[in-house]
Amino acid sequence: MPNSSSPPSGTAARYSLNALGTPSALARLGIIGSVLLAVGIAFVWTAGWLSAGRLDQTRLIDTFEKVNGAHPGFRRNHPKGVCLVGWFDGNGAGVDLSRATVFRSARRPVFGRFSTVGPTPETADGPDVVRSMALSFTLADGEVWRTSMNDIPVFPVKDAQDFFDHLVALKPDPATGKPDPARVAAFLAAHPGSARAIALIKAAATSSGFANATYNSLNAFRLIDADGKATAVRWAMQPVDAFERSPIETPRGKNYLFEALQARLQQGPVEWHLMLIVGQPGDPTNDATMPWPADRERIDAGTLTVTAIESEAEGNCRDTEFDPLLLPSGIEPSDDPLLSARSAAYAVSFKRRAGERKTPSAVQIGDRQISEQGHP
Amino acid sequence: MTGRFPLFSRLLHWAMAAMVLAMLFIGVAMAASLADYHRLIAIHRPLGILILVLAIVRLANRLIHRAPPLPPDMPRPLRRAAHASHVLLYVLMIALPLVGWAMLSAAGNPIVLVSGLHLPPILPHSDQLYALLRPLHAALAFLLFGTFLVHLGAAMMHALIFRDGVFQTMVSWRR
Repeated sequence: MPNSSSPPSGTAARYSLNALGTPSALARLGIIGSVLLAVGIAFVWTAGWLSAGRLDQTRLIDTFEKVNGAHPGFRRNHPKGVCLVGWFDGNGAGVDLSRATVFRSARRPVFGRFSTVGPTPETADGPDVVRSMALSFTLADGEVWRTSMNDIPVFPVKDAQDFFDHLVALKPDPATGKPDPARVAAFLAAHPGSARAIALIKAAATSSGFANATYNSLNAFRLIDADGKATAVRWAMQPVDAFERSPIETPRGKNYLFEALQARLQQGPVEWHLMLIVGQPGDPTNDATMPWPADRERIDAGTLTVTAIESEAEGNCRDTEFDPLLLPSGIEPSDDPLLSARSAAYAVSFKRRAGERKTPSAVQIGDRQISEQGHP
Repeated sequence: MTGRFPLFSRLLHWAMAAMVLAMLFIGVAMAASLADYHRLIAIHRPLGILILVLAIVRLANRLIHRAPPLPPDMPRPLRRAAHASHVLLYVLMIALPLVGWAMLSAAGNPIVLVSGLHLPPILPHSDQLYALLRPLHAALAFLLFGTFLVHLGAAMMHALIFRDGVFQTMVSWRR
């Protein structure tokens, strides 16, 4: 107890260095030092600084930069893209499965991004390039739903480690500028699930453009209904525009996919149906390399209308993180390990590019400004 | 004389000690993790806001109930260090969650506490602001961890070396 009311028993002597002169005091000082050291080491260990070889979020994004080169200001994956705006009309068909307000019969503003999978913001479009649609739904009461989808039937890898190994295996050989076939073959041999998924992806017909592509969530999620009951789902944005196969020959122009989308939008808005694909017990929710049976119930939960696209710039989708785990109440993550890894990796990419100087994107669409609120 | 902190102050202190320490470890683990990132951030956000609320309650409580006086023979530099480190702890316990909240606002991300419960943004969506606030959040966290180590070290010095009763003002379990 403090000595404020009792006469000072000691003097300032107990605070002086001389008080440490006894073996007992030194031992007690040793205890203090050990405790502090132990807490400090535990902290540093938790931060991963003692496990240099571990695959963490920093190493994953560093590897993107190593494999794809540095493109400051751009996303570390899917660097080439344009912003989209529009709205989503929920039709009420999803409310039995999920209490999320997005499924009610109402119109919600949407903004998002079309992108291609390629190493750089300048990579030329091609007939087989993977296209992506990322969306941010602005819901009532400030809720948000973000989802990012690809036009492939399954994902090539099941978790972050496989993603990393795949990325490294695809690293272009400096001599040829192409991935080393021996390394790719070794990856596929070691990852039969990925080999099956990549075969499915290659077998799937690619659409001729952005507007008639089907974009799949690939990862599974859980829809939570008003009573708290969970249903495993995947979802897909299914185009209203008729599917047409990608032409075999590469059309001229390095941005032809984006230019075709702009030309299509000049004729009028482009629509997709949000299809909820209802999983059955036993359908894999933790492995995005595995397809679900084709006969699963598909619920049309509403229509996405995209009215315009625009070059990435301050104030539109450029500075938005399409983290697939920014979910509204009524939609929850599944046990798919890719979801948390994507969330973490997007966060690092976002953190890095936020501080970098921005340069104009390769794809320039007119000069009309659109806001992230869309035009409902 | 009040030889100890009031019971409410002691409860707040120990509850928050556990929360802040857990938060610092969750924070550094989260910033590295891939597989557990989502699970950790789902705790990090609501726990941070809880710490902010409790820190404000605690600051008010501290202003109402003065701390027990330090021993009269405690040298002036040590008193100053004690006072300064406590001010710093209070500042950081309030600033860190606020910077976190501001940072998510600047990112344009929803500030979800638990499913269905979220906070409004306190800053406009701006990646320049995010680029300032995100590293600031980390820097303040490391400063808080350092201040915590100093605080823990000082507490143990009072208990084991100075043996001046200061440690007992916070650890007594009576009443």
